Amino acid sequence: MSAHIETGSEPWLSRAGALLRAREAGLFLLILIVVAVTAVHNHDFVGSQSVQQLLSGAALIALLGVGETLVMVTRNVDLSVGSVLGLSAYVVGDLFRDHHIPVWSGFVIGIAIGAAAGALNGFIVTVLRVPSLVITLAMLYVIRGIDSLMVNGNTIDPSSIPSAFTQVGYRTILGVPWLAVIVAVVVAVVGYTMRSFRSSRELYAIGSNPDAAVLAGVPVGKRVFTSFVISGTLAGLAGTLFLALHAQVDNSAGSGYELTVIAATVVGGVAIFGGSGTVVGAALGALLLNTINQALVASRISAFWNEAIAGALLLAAIGIDRWLSLRMARSLTSAQGAHRDV
Amino acid sequence: MTSDLASVSTSPVSNGAAGGPGPRSGRWRAALRWEAALVLVLVAVVLFGAAESSTFLTPTTFFYLGTDIGYIAIMALPMTLIVMTGEIDLSVASALGLSGAMVGYLWHHGWGIWPAVLVALAVGALGGAINGVLVAKVGLPSIAVTIGTLTLYRGLAEVLLGSMTVPAIGDRPFPTSLTNIGVVPVPGTHMSYSLLFFLILAVVFGVLLHATPLGRSLVAIGLQPEAARFVGIRVNRIKLVLYIVSGVMCAFAGILLTLQNASVSYDAGSGLELNVVAIVLFGGVSIFGGRGSILGVVLSVAIVGALEMALTQMNVDPNVQNIVTGVLLLLSVIIPNGGELVRRVRARMRRLTPGS
Repeated sequence: MSAHIETGSEPWLSRAGALLRAREAGLFLLILIVVAVTAVHNHDFVGSQSVQQLLSGAALIALLGVGETLVMVTRNVDLSVGSVLGLSAYVVGDLFRDHHIPVWSGFVIGIAIGAAAGALNGFIVTVLRVPSLVITLAMLYVIRGIDSLMVNGNTIDPSSIPSAFTQVGYRTILGVPWLAVIVAVVVAVVGYTMRSFRSSRELYAIGSNPDAAVLAGVPVGKRVFTSFVISGTLAGLAGTLFLALHAQVDNSAGSGYELTVIAATVVGGVAIFGGSGTVVGAALGALLLNTINQALVASRISAFWNEAIAGALLLAAIGIDRWLSLRMARSLTSAQGAHRDV
Repeated sequence: MTSDLASVSTSPVSNGAAGGPGPRSGRWRAALRWEAALVLVLVAVVLFGAAESSTFLTPTTFFYLGTDIGYIAIMALPMTLIVMTGEIDLSVASALGLSGAMVGYLWHHGWGIWPAVLVALAVGALGGAINGVLVAKVGLPSIAVTIGTLTLYRGLAEVLLGSMTVPAIGDRPFPTSLTNIGVVPVPGTHMSYSLLFFLILAVVFGVLLHATPLGRSLVAIGLQPEAARFVGIRVNRIKLVLYIVSGVMCAFAGILLTLQNASVSYDAGSGLELNVVAIVLFGGVSIFGGRGSILGVVLSVAIVGALEMALTQMNVDPNVQNIVTGVLLLLSVIIPNGGELVRRVRARMRRLTPGS
C-alpha cells in the first residue's frame, strides 16, 4: 500500500500535471502532431486558407457534439440530430426563398425548430419513459420523412439566400471563420456551465448512477429533458449554419451525421455509458476527426482510404481510452483516499 | 467487465415495457400480446395495400417484396440475438458492403464466383470476430466499437472497389444462373430466393433462440449478465460467437444483394444498419436485452416489407416512407409503455387524494 496522497503543497504543479493528464490536452497534442506531420509533406496544409477549412469543416459536427455530450453524459443518446439539422436548414432556406424573412429571424426560427424537436424527444424519453436510443432513432426517420415531404424536389440554391446570411458561412474575423467563432463561444459557455453549476453537475450524477441520483433528490426527468432540449436547440442552430455554409440544401442535408457526431464525442472522451466527458473534449474530437480527413487528402493518399483510416483511428481511440481508464482506476485504488474529480 | 453493457443508452429510468405482474408467465403473455398486435397490423397493412393499389395482391409484388426486404431481414436475425444479450451491432450494413465488394473485387480480378463467395463469407466471419473480440474479450462498449467498424468496413469496401461498379466495362457479367435470383422466383412458387433463405434461417434462429439451452442462456445474459455468469454461462464466448455469426449472415446478405442486382459498388446497403435495428425493435425485442422473439421479428419484416411495397406502388417518395418506419417504431415503444404510464399517473392521483 503505497499511499501517495497528493497534498495541496504545490497547487500549481499538480494543476499543471492534471492539465497534461487531461483528455483535452492529449487531443490537442494529437491534432498538432497530425497537422505538423502533414505540413512536412505539404506546406500548404498550415496555410491560413487550409486552417480555416479545418475549422469550418469541424464546426457543425463540434456544435452537434456539444449537445450530444449533454445527452450522453446522462446515459442517453440522441440519434435525431442529423435529421433535425436537415429540417431546420431546409425550413429556414425555404422562408428566405419564399417569404424573404430578415436574416436574424432565420437564426431564431432555425433554433426554435431544433428546440421543439428536442423538447419532443425529451418529453417522450422522460414522461413516457421510452429508451432514448429507440425514440431518437424513430425521430431520425420521422423528421427526415417530414423534411423530404417539404423539400419534394424543391432544393434550396444559393440564389435564394440573402448574401448577408451566407456571409456567416465564409467571412472571417482576424482570420478565424465566423462559424468557428460561433461554435467556440457555444463550447465555452456550455463548457463553463457544465463545470460550474449544480444543475449541470447533476447531469453527471444521473449518468453515473441513475438510481442513486433519484435517491439523492436530483430532478432526473427535468434534467434529462433539458439536455435533450439543448441538444435539439444546437442541432437547429447547426442547421441554420449549414445553410449559411453551403447555401444549398436538399432532403439529404445532415443525413448520417448522427454516427459521425457520436464518433467525435467518443473520441473526445465522452463515455457512452454516461457520467463523464466534457464538451471541450467533444469539440476537439470533432476537430481531430476532420483534421485527419483533411490530412489524408493533403497527403495525397487516395481518397478511397479516408473512411477506412478514420474507422481504424476511432477504434484505436476507444481502445486507448479503455486502457487509460483502467490505468487510472488502478492508480485510484492504490492511492486510497485521494479524490480526483476528472 | 462487459457486464453493464445491457444498460447502454438506457433512459435513466428502467424500462417497464410489457411488464405483467407475474414474473415468467406475465412476460410470456405480454410477448404473445405484442405478436398478436403485429398480426393485426400486418392484416391491416395488406388490406390497405390491396385497397390502394390494384397490383398489390399479385405474385409479382410478392416476388419483389422478397427481393427488397429479404437481404435486410437476414441481417435482422443475428441482430435479434445480439440485442437479446443487451449488445448491438451497428456494423451490419458495412459488413454487407465489404463482403459484396470482396465478391466484386475478386470477380474483377478473374476469380470464379464460388471461390469469391467463400472468401467473402470468410471476410464476414473475420469482421464479426473483430467486433466480438473487442466487445467480449477487450470489454469495450458495443455501440462504440461497431460505430468504429461501421466506418472501417465501409472504408475497406471503398479501398477494394474505389468508384468502380463491378462488373466494370470489359468484365465478364456475373453468371446468369446465379443473378437469376433477382428476377426468377423459386420454382413452383412466387417467392424470391432471398425470402426463402430468410425463412429457412428464421426457423433455424427461432429454434436456436427458443428451444435450445444456448438460446435460453441468451435471454439470461440479457436479463442479468452477472447472474448468468455465476450460473456458469460463458457470457463472453457466447457474445463472441454471436458477432461472428452476425458477420457471416451479413456477408451472406451482401452476396445475395450482389447477385440479385447482378452488380456491386462499395456503397451497397449503405445506412441500412438503422433500418435493421428498427425492424428488430419493432418486432418487440427489448433494447435492454432479455426479451423478444424471432416470430415477432419475422412479423415485423413482413409489415415493413408490405408497407414499403404498398407505399411505393402509391408513388410515395421513398424518403417520405421514412415517416412510416419512424411512426411504427414510436408506437412499438409507446403503446407497451402506455399502460405503465397510466398506472403511474393513477398512483400519483391516489397519493394526491387524501384518505386512500
